[in-house]
Order: sequence, then C-alpha cells, then structure tokens
Amino acid sequence: MPNENKLCKYLGPLCENLDNCEHYQKLKKYWEKVLSLSNDSLQKTVSVALALSFVCAILVSFAAVALRPLQIENKAMDMKKNILDVAGLLQEDTDIHTAFAQQIEAKLVDVATGDYVEGDVVAYDQRKAAKDPELSVALTPNQDIASIKKRAKIAKVYLVKDGETIKSIILPVHGYGLWSTMYGFLALDADGETVQSINFYDQAETPGLGGEVVNPNWRALWQGKKLYDGSGQVALGLAKGVVDTSKPGAEYKVDGLAGATLTSVGVTNLVKYWMGREGFKAYLDKVKTKG
Amino acid sequence: MSAVMNDETKKTLIDPLVNNNPITLQVLGICSALAVTSQMSTSLIMAVALTAVTACSSAAISSIRNHIPSSIRIIVQMTIIASLVIVVDQILKAFAYEISKQLSVFVGLIITNCIVMGRAEAYAMKNPPMASFIDGIGNGLGYSLILIIVAFFRELLGSGKLLGIDVFTLTKDGGWYDPNGLMLLPPSAFFIIGIIIWVFRQWKPEQNEAADFKIMAIAHGEGGHH
Repeated sequence: MPNENKLCKYLGPLCENLDNCEHYQKLKKYWEKVLSLSNDSLQKTVSVALALSFVCAILVSFAAVALRPLQIENKAMDMKKNILDVAGLLQEDTDIHTAFAQQIEAKLVDVATGDYVEGDVVAYDQRKAAKDPELSVALTPNQDIASIKKRAKIAKVYLVKDGETIKSIILPVHGYGLWSTMYGFLALDADGETVQSINFYDQAETPGLGGEVVNPNWRALWQGKKLYDGSGQVALGLAKGVVDTSKPGAEYKVDGLAGATLTSVGVTNLVKYWMGREGFKAYLDKVKTKG
Repeated sequence: MSAVMNDETKKTLIDPLVNNNPITLQVLGICSALAVTSQMSTSLIMAVALTAVTACSSAAISSIRNHIPSSIRIIVQMTIIASLVIVVDQILKAFAYEISKQLSVFVGLIITNCIVMGRAEAYAMKNPPMASFIDGIGNGLGYSLILIIVAFFRELLGSGKLLGIDVFTLTKDGGWYDPNGLMLLPPSAFFIIGIIIWVFRQWKPEQNEAADFKIMAIAHGEGGHH
C-alpha cells in the first residue's frame, strides 16, 4: 500500500523490524483474513469489537495522559481562586497567584486535638489522605452524619491574616448531598463561630435545584450566621423554605434550597459534622482562647 | 473527491441549517438545547463540541461502515461516539476549565444526544466518510444555529447581557431593565424553540407535517376500509 511506504520513509528501521517480526506478519495476515470474512460471522464480530475497543482505549488514554498536567494546573489555580473567593478577596482583576501567596496562609491541623502540625503544607492532599487507611479514621455510622465514611486525620486549613491578627479562618468541609459528595470551604470570623461565607467548588447536584448551592445570592445568606447555640452545640442548618429574620433563632437558619430537600439536608449535615466535636470544634476552641 | 464544493456537498452542508434542521424539524437534541442556553458562552462551546463530535464520529463510523457487524452495530457506534466525547471533555478541562465546569455533565451527555446517533444511523452508515463528515458539520451547525438564537434571547432578556457584557442596564444597578427571571430557567427555551419552529414553518410551509388523520365525509353507507 502506498500509505505504508510513505510511513516507512519516516519510521525507517522500525518498519524493517516490523516486517521482519514474525508476530507482526501473523497479525497482519490474520487481520486481512478477518476483513474478508462475512460481517455477520462470529469471528469477525469478536475481532471488530476487540480491535475497536483497542483503538478507542488508546485514543482515550492518550488524551487523558497528555492533557493531565494542564488539567492539574487548572485545578490548582481553581482551588486558589475558590479560597480567595470564600475569603472575600477575589476581585475581577485579582492576580490569583500573587494574591494567594500574599494574603493566605495554609496550615495543617490535627483534627482530633485541634493543634497545628508540621508538614509539607503545599503537597498535602486531604482528599487523598481521606482514602488512605493510615492517614484517616473510619467513622462509625453514628458519627458519620455527613456520609463521608472516612475522615483524614490531618486537615488543611487556611488563615487570612492582617499582621498577627486572624481575619478569617477557612475550613475545608465535605459531605454527601443527593447525587454527589459536595466539597467546599466555610469561612469563619476569628471568633470561630460567625460565618463569613461558604463556597462549594466540587459538586454534582441537580443543576438548577441542588446545584444552586453555588448560587451567589444563596451563598450571601450565610454571612453573619452563628454556628453554635448557648450550650456549644452546632445549631446552624438549612430551614425548610425561607427564614423569617424577625423571629428568634434566625441567626442559626439559612434558607433551604427550593426543590432540593436532600441536598439541603446534606448541607445541614456536613456543617453539623465538620463544626461539631468530631470535626473542627477542638481546633476552633483553641483558636478562640489564643485570641 | 474534488476540493471544489459541488452542489451535492453544499446541499449536505446547508440543508440542515433551515430545511432539515435537527432541532426544529427532526426535533432531536432538545434536552441540551434547554440546559446550556442560559448564556451565550456556554452555548457556543457546546455548539462547537457537538459539531466536532458529530462530524468526527460520522466520518469514523462511515469509514468502517462496510465492516461493522450488524449484530453489534449500535454498540460500535456508541463506542466511537463515547471515545470522542471523552476526548472533547478532556480537551475542555485542559483548555477551557471554567466553561467545562459550567457545562458539567452536559459535555458527557453529548454521547446520548440524539443528533449524533441519528446522523450515524441515518447517514454515515450509508455514505462515504467525506460526505458523512460534511453531513456531521452541517447538522452540528443546524444545532448551533438554534442554540445560539435561543441563548441570545435568554441571556439578553434574562440577565441583560450578551457574552457576559452588559447590554441593558439592570434596575438593580440603577438602569431601566427589569430582567425576566423565567428566561434563566430551562422552560423558557421551550417557548423560544417553539417560536423558532413557528417562524420556520411560516417561512417554509412545506415543513408543516401532514395531519395524522383526516375526518372523512361518509359518501356511501359501507365506506372504505381505513
């Protein structure tokens, strides 16, 4: 075939080797035989299916592997952007890398004790750690109100500081909604109980219903809400329908998402879990006493 | 094949725009036309992605059409379409991350878009690769045309913007335009597509479907066997 010769001009020695290779010749002969078979024979059906799967698999894996570095870079950039966003530091012309480097400090926290731990902050991946039995704790059904099964022992939190005083504490949270595990950040004031903002960066809830967790108008409702009631229990959660702000207790309630009961329950549960004793309560208490 | 566009090629390319539009005449691909049209930018990317997938999958399926065993015909088509969709999805994630996040599942759902399958079955299985490629481009453009018209009205009337740039100043920013919230919701696309179909059929009356049955006057007592 003329095409093959043209290809051989570029590939040179590889072609010669192939021509000399017994297996290649066998394969070629087999393939020619298959092509001449009737379309409906069993052998042809199986061979076509195999060959097609092989070609498609190569195409798909090539695309996935070749584009991965770019995708990882995009993801990291997006993560920084989300953190700046939840901290209220994101303007349209913000240069994400410099703004992040100047204003945000990442720290590792041992969730159980609430103490800071040393370690490679940049490289630590909490999501990966949560899957590793060494680095995570399995939750009992009673503990696991957010349906996450395992929790990383060490969490990566972010602080926004003005000199030495903390302006906001950004905590990673996640929990199961209706279709997906929703990953997000909750930003708190330095008092450890007033919400500044919430931001879900990875979720696959129903677009237009549960997917409204990313709606800026709904997210704005979180500002100024309180996490804990008088006894130190997590009280913050989503209400059914719209919250009447004139009623007492409104500071513990955010409007539920219309038409998305299960996503709303999921959000309430993840706040309850992550802000509770099993979650960041120990850490927040320590931050508070240190001032 | 000649590089000059002959009449046949032109017809394959232009026909799906109005005369045989996949959305307004064949009524395929409605689901994504409702979902991604609240903004021009997402619609444009979706249009490009679908056109690329339809054209490439039609060409690929057509090039092996004489060797596809009929018993696994559909699954072979699906495998090719699905692989191409994954590649498109990966490319979007690498080069248009923001938009790929907004399109979320709808890029993956191109696999089930009836236009892609429909063209594979109706055209690519019977025609040579180049013609199938052109047919895919044509149908992709037909889909794109409707998507862009719908998105134009939805973004303009729903948020007073086009491609994210303010056109009408909204009342909440001190302007005069009070946005129509319905336009941001998927059902509004139904109304706009309906209006487009009505306009097309007024313009080209031959697109009107014949009535399924006619009430016949009974001339004789026994009548015909209908």
